[in-house]
Amino acid sequence: MVDVTLYPGCSLEGTAQDYRDSLEIACSRLGVNLIELENWICCGATAAHSLDEFLALEFPARNLVLAEKRGLDVVVPCALCFNRLKTTEKHLLKNTHPELTKKYPFKGTIKIHDLLAYLTTPDMLKGISSLVKKPLEGLKLVSYYGCMVNRPPRITDAQNHENPTQMDRLVETLGATAIDWPFKTDCCGASHVVARPDLVFVLVKKLYDRAIAQEANGIVVSCQMCHANLDMYQDQISEYFGERYHIPVFYFTELINLAFGDERQIGWLSRHVVDPLPTLRECGLI
Amino acid sequence: MMAEYVQRQEVIQDVPREINFSLAEEIFRETGNPVLSCFQCRKCTNGCPLTFAMDYYPDQIIRLIILGQEEEALRSRTIWVCSSCETCTTRCPNGIDIAGVMDYLKQKAHKQAVVSHKDNWSYAFHRVFFENMLKNGRVHEPKILADYLLRSGAWKQKLESGSLWRDVKLGLFLLRNRRMRLFPSRVNINGHTVGTEAH
Ligand code: SF4
Ligand code: SF4
Repeated sequence: MVDVTLYPGCSLEGTAQDYRDSLEIACSRLGVNLIELENWICCGATAAHSLDEFLALEFPARNLVLAEKRGLDVVVPCALCFNRLKTTEKHLLKNTHPELTKKYPFKGTIKIHDLLAYLTTPDMLKGISSLVKKPLEGLKLVSYYGCMVNRPPRITDAQNHENPTQMDRLVETLGATAIDWPFKTDCCGASHVVARPDLVFVLVKKLYDRAIAQEANGIVVSCQMCHANLDMYQDQISEYFGERYHIPVFYFTELINLAFGDERQIGWLSRHVVDPLPTLRECGLI
Repeated sequence: MMAEYVQRQEVIQDVPREINFSLAEEIFRETGNPVLSCFQCRKCTNGCPLTFAMDYYPDQIIRLIILGQEEEALRSRTIWVCSSCETCTTRCPNGIDIAGVMDYLKQKAHKQAVVSHKDNWSYAFHRVFFENMLKNGRVHEPKILADYLLRSGAWKQKLESGSLWRDVKLGLFLLRNRRMRLFPSRVNINGHTVGTEAH
């Protein structure tokens, strides 16, 4: 078992509880012991950096200092939290705001990982491969990485920010077919879905159309905002454009659990708005 | 010759005669963002996913700043349509953080109160999110959604179009599936001022 600090972020306490449940099981099977950061606070998200530069750094800074006291690397399942923590890490280490650095003396002795990257290192993939009990044959998936774990690379330290491949490798390791497509890192509109759903609908429609044109029968994501926009509003997007979309959207951690043969995961999939069970049945996976 | 000169003088009447770098210099001073290095290649705009809803394209916002057209930039729709996807910032050949410029302008529009909840729902959403986060340390989704609908006035339109009931149904679905907490979780902020000082 490896101990790491988990920074869950606000939505994993709410709408993305399904992501949280699935990643906890996947991590424990993979020997990763997640210890939730005590008294973590919000990363500030888009709202903070849209309204107040200093507070947008102060919120993540407090979390970084708390985590450094614990001394363990931090694993972050939410792409936006990851991006805000990394942004702040760079600011603190470069001492761009001396008042901030004084209040939050972060030394950089711990690393911040996004969960997808953490679970798809070559060693992890080997471990995953040895635990696969039910290969996900028949699932043809496009991997949708989104923006925030990739861009900008000087913040995220992403290796392949224009064409990431780690989720595709994972999909193959689990026995499904990974379909290469051009919209891996395109934007889903993120939190615009509340105030400007019209914008999100246009962006997400483009993703559906391409995925379907390439004969995918599912989309796999690593970010709960991507998941919300692609899954929760699929019927509304269908109605808006006079289409009938039905394409299930999986978290990569859910696929790991499915391939490991975890029965609980099958039940939990019905917590999505677009029920993935018919597709899994068609593929003979359940 | 003379007539032509007079005519040209008239034409340039309503164009600012002197370039005003003060906003560009202010942004550089405050954030280190080198806006003046822009050579208008439009790479930022070409990769931007949201140009279809913008009044000025990202490169035009940069141009407005270089020309000192602060008012125009602060009142643009573009800055609130930007989703902070960071594509522009990643690709700019001159190291300009265009997404950071959008943030700078949004922050300034907020400080100078040139935006309001009722006219700009994106702004309304950011405000309720931000205030909830300052107050509680963590954001409680049902609370910010309710506050957003009330403060922006968006509930009226949603009521008319019927989408309010859709939202309620979705909320109940999430609740049934353990994807919504009725009460916010509490955080001990140990004497730190974060979360209490601004309000
Ligand atoms: S990509 Fe950079 S240099 Fe090119 S137009 Fe945009 S801001 Fe200017
Ligand atoms: S960060 Fe904003 S301006 Fe830049 S590409 Fe994305 S949406 Fe467009």
